[in-house]
Amino acid sequence: MALSDVKVLGSWPSPFVLRPRIALHLKSVNYEYIEENLLESKSELLLKSNPVFKKVPVLLHGDKPICESLIIVQYIDEVWSSGPSILPSDPYERANSRFWAAYIDEKWFPALRGVLAAESEDAKKAAIAQVEEGLVLLEEAFGKLSQGKPFFGGDQIGYLDIALGSFLVWLKVIEKISEMKLLTEAKTRCLLEWAHRFSSHVAVKDVMPEADKLAEFGVKLRAKILKARAIPK
Amino acid sequence: MAEVKLFKTWSTQFGARVVWALKLKGIQYEAIHEDLSNKSALLLQYNPVYKKVPVLVHNGKPISESLVILEYIEETWKQNPILPEDPLGKANARFWAKFNDEKLLPSIWSAFTKEGKEREEAMGAVLESLKFVEEELKGKKFFGGETIGLADLVFGWLANLAPVFEEVAGLKILDERYPLLLAWQPEFSEHPIIKDYWPPHDKLVIKYQALYEKYHPAK
Repeated sequence: MALSDVKVLGSWPSPFVLRPRIALHLKSVNYEYIEENLLESKSELLLKSNPVFKKVPVLLHGDKPICESLIIVQYIDEVWSSGPSILPSDPYERANSRFWAAYIDEKWFPALRGVLAAESEDAKKAAIAQVEEGLVLLEEAFGKLSQGKPFFGGDQIGYLDIALGSFLVWLKVIEKISEMKLLTEAKTRCLLEWAHRFSSHVAVKDVMPEADKLAEFGVKLRAKILKARAIPK
Repeated sequence: MAEVKLFKTWSTQFGARVVWALKLKGIQYEAIHEDLSNKSALLLQYNPVYKKVPVLVHNGKPISESLVILEYIEETWKQNPILPEDPLGKANARFWAKFNDEKLLPSIWSAFTKEGKEREEAMGAVLESLKFVEEELKGKKFFGGETIGLADLVFGWLANLAPVFEEVAGLKILDERYPLLLAWQPEFSEHPIIKDYWPPHDKLVIKYQALYEKYHPAK
């Protein structure tokens, strides 16, 4: 398959962009990565490929765009079905993976973002508390779903590993902002160990951004968010 | 002892999606009606994270979140599929389901609960969103093509609830700007399976009227 057949339109700081990249690596699929600058205006290609949300990541397979990171991961799993499976095969286990991935995106990630974008100490504390609560729930989920194995997906990285693991570097940045550890021996021992395993996995380590670089970007992003809020309507 | 149970309320549009999917596949289920102001211990046990309906329980195992439930139903009972076979078709259906839940529904809820400028802006967002949804129906009878699919079930509220929002809150959602959606509405609502489970309009009006008054107390 020619390199240009599979492209990922992404942005290096985006945790969502990591997801299809990790999935493609797991399946040993070669692809062209096209960088989009999140702090500047959106490219023609992005606006054409994702007119509805105008966001990264976008997977371009041939001339077909696929949008929304978790939808892309499922697509990758289904198209390259001869590679290692990303979603489990049992429908109930699939439902559990989907449930927790949706929880991460709909409840946990907004709290994480809330820490970054907090305007007051109180707002920051409240957001941190939500992040911690979520991690405790996810620790419990890990216990149930991994069944003693190294990953949520069992012996191999799976859908839920990708869904949560893509946030690990951002979590480090948020820990720095919060001046506290959010993944701890005391409350989230399994996740702490899992985080090391995930981050050092061969399909993951080369795409994860550097924490320092991301922290610098975090400062810029926070300024952008706060500025946008201050604009009177 | 029923193998399939569904915790829901009479009006929930999220629950309706699940009922329609079960009926389309001919699956028998036991409906358990929840009073959301007094949630049952069983519901709290089956859905401790969100404490919401719908919850599907299959052979004692609970599944929460309507879109997760729909995928589970599709994968467990293969007859009358609500997703196409090809991965691109699946991705597309899932995309529209997500779009509805993350963009369209929050906008309509904003329009319903807010006033003045905020309501106007929210309606603006709704109408923008509907342009995309209208596009998606081009050349098709249903979002799923010739037969009802996942996206139809998720957009189902446009047929069941949107007329209620118009009556109660004066929110004109589906009009001549969206001819394809207007044509789709009766195709969906009059489909024999869908029609057989249809939260009644009059009852919905009473419910949403009361809710509207809560958000917009008379001055």
